Amino acid sequence: MGRLKRIALVILVLLLAAALITGCGQSKSGGEKQGTAAGSNEINIGVNYELSGDVATYGTNTKNAIMLAFEEINSKGGVLGGKKINPIVLDNGSKKEESMSVAAKLVTENKVVALLGPATTGNTLAAVPVATDNKVPLLTTSATNPDVTVDPQTKKVRDYIFRICFTDPPQAIVGAEFAAKDLGARKAAILYDNTNDYSKGLYQVFKAEFTKRGGQVVAEESFNQGDQDFRPALTRFKNAGADLIYVPAYYEQVGKIISQARELGLTVPMLGADGWDSPKLAEFAGGAANLKNTYFTNHYSASDPNPKVQAFVKAYKEKYGSEPDAFAALGYDAAYLLYDAINRAGKADPQAIRQALADTKSFEGVTGKLSFDANHNPVKEIAIIALVDGKQTLKAKIKPQE
Amino acid sequence: MAGFLQQVINGLSLGSIYALIALGYTMVYGIIQLINFAHGDILMVGAYIGFFAVVYLKLNIWWAFIIAMAGASLLGVIIERVAYKPLRNAPRLAALITAIGMSLLLENGGLMVLGTDIRSYPGGIITNKQLPLSVLGMQLTATTLQLLILAVTVVMMVVLQYIVHYTRTGKAMRAVSHDPDAARLMGINVDNTISVTFALGSAFAAVAGILLGLYYNTIQPLMGIMPGLKAFVAAVIGGIGLIPGAMLGGFALGVFETMVSGYWSSKMRDPIVFILLILILLLKPAGLLGKNNTEKV
Repeated sequence: MGRLKRIALVILVLLLAAALITGCGQSKSGGEKQGTAAGSNEINIGVNYELSGDVATYGTNTKNAIMLAFEEINSKGGVLGGKKINPIVLDNGSKKEESMSVAAKLVTENKVVALLGPATTGNTLAAVPVATDNKVPLLTTSATNPDVTVDPQTKKVRDYIFRICFTDPPQAIVGAEFAAKDLGARKAAILYDNTNDYSKGLYQVFKAEFTKRGGQVVAEESFNQGDQDFRPALTRFKNAGADLIYVPAYYEQVGKIISQARELGLTVPMLGADGWDSPKLAEFAGGAANLKNTYFTNHYSASDPNPKVQAFVKAYKEKYGSEPDAFAALGYDAAYLLYDAINRAGKADPQAIRQALADTKSFEGVTGKLSFDANHNPVKEIAIIALVDGKQTLKAKIKPQE
Repeated sequence: MAGFLQQVINGLSLGSIYALIALGYTMVYGIIQLINFAHGDILMVGAYIGFFAVVYLKLNIWWAFIIAMAGASLLGVIIERVAYKPLRNAPRLAALITAIGMSLLLENGGLMVLGTDIRSYPGGIITNKQLPLSVLGMQLTATTLQLLILAVTVVMMVVLQYIVHYTRTGKAMRAVSHDPDAARLMGINVDNTISVTFALGSAFAAVAGILLGLYYNTIQPLMGIMPGLKAFVAAVIGGIGLIPGAMLGGFALGVFETMVSGYWSSKMRDPIVFILLILILLLKPAGLLGKNNTEKV
């Protein structure tokens, strides 16, 4: 018994030590740059992103592009006739609580005039009350859920919250238009993830829009996240004579679905949404050859010949050594839109900036020309990407008609 | 009709993988009455050993099979010696719980060591051509991979039947499964025989793991959970402890599952499979090929 007690004691001490060590690690969550008091010559902007944790790649890519944009702006003489933009970057660790406390810190301690980020819907919703209560505008780059800018309870637009990415319905509408008009599809089949709101939402809008355009949904099937075998559903699609398959899902499952469809001899076009955007898609699809005749809607394409896009792609590649993805492109646009809004407001005052953001008309960004609608959602063109030899290639740009 | 036959082809390929995994469950159950819940996770380890052999050692797929089988056998034997053998005389529940613990250990250990990354076998590791089949004038497609899966399963089952019925080891296995104490009195090394059973079952799981990786194009540390459970259901359907039962159960389950998702809904697939398990246990607990005899105590 004595020996057991001693062992128990040792384990307890070890556990306590471990708890202390990890506890210290957590409390050390500092930023890259400590905020300096806003001198008259500097304007503080809060950059609240997922730099570690589950979706760290989203946050890191966005932050990189934001920093690139602010460096360009500062080197060209800054904002409001010579003031420098001072971005204060803090990591929210991909956690909602952190995201909220980071936003609070930026607003109260660093006195930022505007907040950029976070990247995901959940983390952005956590920061929304901070921005609203302190009357500081918040511009999110990639939170696509409609609730971010419109309170689902009161149905009223959230005054201080804006976003630069499109929401999900327009990309399904554009997808349906592309399928019906450009691909000439008449009989679509849809395969969506029943456990994912993003996928379900796209499925509903696509179906309604495709039917409205005279098409017919001849077969539809849902799956659960983690499912691996799609052959039974795909065989049914083949027998139903589908001439297009719409797959609004994330790249891991999309890859498997494409490879299994091609294996069954289904060569019809396959269409998806921005969840397809990943360099790993070709690998999961069993090679670039299987990606022939596949398309997806996205925020932008790095292959867009537009000189503005190409200049951004070049600058980003030079600084970070990789091709900017859609997250980066949205971050870059958000930074420039904020700069533009501050200039239009004429002063570095949160409320004036909010008004300028709300009044945004025809802002030219790398993700297209955008104006805000009454719900603070951008109205802009959506890119259709074709995967040619496994490479993303811009196929068309379509403006959603609602 | 063509659609129906195509679904049968899909179901048979999936079913052969289930059958391969179910063989391992059934052998271990047959010899020590233990449901080895870690079996699905041994499959995962086998799939990764095969992956590393192909990607880092640049070996071809056949060597990958052999190395994965050897590695998984070793792992199976170690697990048996470390986790199950000390509990052989303990109540059966203790061994079952240990098996669940071992399964969770392999899954979470796998996540820790391998990360959550999803990997895929490099393209071209196996020639996967479409073979147009013409049956009674109907156009169907199967792939070389599907045929390979079917062939490997049938060959392995024949080999297993041979080992069990025509070799000394097989005779020892049957003796131990019948009555371990009497077998020991007859001079059979019971521990070694049990180890051989685990080694064989785990080797089968490794083959199934690589085939699954090729069939679904991806491998990840939790890939063994669902196929493991399904194969367990297959073994119960066929009659757990019986080698032909595991084969029959595996094929039947694969085709049944494919029909449910092909003609009804993918969402219904898993619920229906587990309802089937409950029904079998209620109505014919010994399985389709089993005889209802009361257990000796």
